[in-house]
Amino acid sequence: MQTLSPERLTELRVKANDVRAGIIRSLVAAGSGHSAGPLDMADVFTALYGHLMAHRPDQPDWPDRDRLLLSCGHIAPVRYSAMANFGYFPVEELLTLRKFGTRLQGHPERVTLPSVETTSGPLGEGLAQGTGMALGAKLDGKAFHVWVVTSDAEHQCGLHWEAVMTAAKFGLDNLTAIVDRNFIQIDGSTEDVMPLEPLAEKYRAFNWDVFTCDGNDIAAFIATAEQARATRGKPQVIIANTVPGKGVSYMEGDYTWHGKPPNREQADRALAELHAERERILAHA
Amino acid sequence: MPSTTLDAAAQAMRLIDYRTGVELVPTRNGFGEGLIEAGTRDRNVLAICADLAESTRMEGFKKAHPAQYLEIGVAEQMLVALAGGLAAVGKIPWIASYAMFNPGRSWEQVRTIMALNDTNVKIAGAHAGVSVGPDGATHQAIEDIAIMRVIPHMTVVVPCDAVQTKAATLALSKRVGPAYLRFAREKSAIVTTDATPFEIGKAQVFREGSDVAIVACGILVYNALMAADLLAREHGIECRVVNNHTVKPMDEAAIVDAAQTCGAVVTVEEHQKHAGMGSRVAEILAQRHPVPIEFIGVEDRFGQSGEPTELIEYYGMGTRAIADAALRAHQRKTK
Repeated sequence: MQTLSPERLTELRVKANDVRAGIIRSLVAAGSGHSAGPLDMADVFTALYGHLMAHRPDQPDWPDRDRLLLSCGHIAPVRYSAMANFGYFPVEELLTLRKFGTRLQGHPERVTLPSVETTSGPLGEGLAQGTGMALGAKLDGKAFHVWVVTSDAEHQCGLHWEAVMTAAKFGLDNLTAIVDRNFIQIDGSTEDVMPLEPLAEKYRAFNWDVFTCDGNDIAAFIATAEQARATRGKPQVIIANTVPGKGVSYMEGDYTWHGKPPNREQADRALAELHAERERILAHA
Repeated sequence: MPSTTLDAAAQAMRLIDYRTGVELVPTRNGFGEGLIEAGTRDRNVLAICADLAESTRMEGFKKAHPAQYLEIGVAEQMLVALAGGLAAVGKIPWIASYAMFNPGRSWEQVRTIMALNDTNVKIAGAHAGVSVGPDGATHQAIEDIAIMRVIPHMTVVVPCDAVQTKAATLALSKRVGPAYLRFAREKSAIVTTDATPFEIGKAQVFREGSDVAIVACGILVYNALMAADLLAREHGIECRVVNNHTVKPMDEAAIVDAAQTCGAVVTVEEHQKHAGMGSRVAEILAQRHPVPIEFIGVEDRFGQSGEPTELIEYYGMGTRAIADAALRAHQRKTK
């Protein structure tokens, strides 16, 4: 386990801020797409790419890389922005999001951008495929870890729970699911649309190890993820409590930002807020 | 006297001399045998089962290659998704259930995870067709060719007998990309031999003739051959019989050649007439060489319980029904 120095933590917080700015820029250029989820997962993706995962941006197909699957493909802008900010491709390419001929499809596609590991968008399918990858690693004695980011609402899909059962059957301790627990979905609060609670107890009942943390606190998330990854004999889930739209004041906590992008004026306000926050992080370092 | 009743085309295909008697073996047995051999040839070949090891014939693989066998219970969507993940890290998973449940229940996963995502997953769709028999309509997949042939990048193979099902299983195991192998439950006639060539995407002429072309797939190829003999006997009409085992990518040249040579076509499949193999033949010929076409298959209905042969007859896929369709096609062409 690498210790997270104060300097490194500051670097990661700045990086998460850059990831958020990239999300806003790509969304306003695209003119469509999802805002709230990508913003709230910027800290988790920064922690994964910046600290937790074994990966090589200059060799995306490195066979021993950790696999990161984004099950809820609609929050792709956070993954794209994280990849760009960690060196997979130039940040300018983010402006091609959702445009004709782009590698940055509205929902991620492995064939066009192989390092996204799988094609996602239809919900509830990522953990199932991650289970297959983790099982494949076990069968071949490979050491890579499989991380699957899921939304909370996709826990309403039956297939997700088929995967939860299967991963437990095979004791896949090389598999960590991360739940973006922001309590929102298109039609409102998850607890109104189709209640998920008690979510942690559900996973425990399915024989998983369960961890909960603040998904917008990079240090807390990294500490939790390192603890989770050390589990033996069981798959693990991290329920990461997040604030939808995190980092942009007028989006925070408002479910109506689930599925729409900011307009130019709104984007400018968001970028100004993010810039001010970036300055604050650096000033307090 | 020739020592065989077979014509030159059938001899070239190294067929059984089927007029003098045939052995009856379920096509699913050929899948089971082929899978064991595929697992021996390549240790990355996995068999993943959803609680139907015996009836899909994965049981033999389980005994022969226990370390390559996975059981995941009654979860067909999981079957596809798990296999997609395994394929993404280098495995060659075969997943088996009844065709009604996979790809029937799992179609969106098949489209997204296997085809759009381009993973090397192979589906074995067992118990296809009304010849499933007593289990009834819920278990009789007669829409599966339609939903699979419409998916880009998918390979769809419907072999004609148990021997060819084994050959197809081995061929698909070596071919990289998503694929669907469709086979049946009931015993059916073996007409091919181990020496019969098999190439995915290459249709086979099993009987030569120039009056009507009967283009068939699956276990009904035998009925097509019987119908051709009946037409020769009773009407002096000589049919070319094409074993069109690969529905996708279909052998367009063979289809066009059959239409050009015969001027009339009958398609034969144990599937809905709508959007099946025959519909694809019609799509090809409508563009490239329009001729009268008659379709043998289920006419926009569901199946029901009954004995397999009884159901094949009831739904109009028996030898006489095929011969009658060929006569209609022949009449339309000579009008």
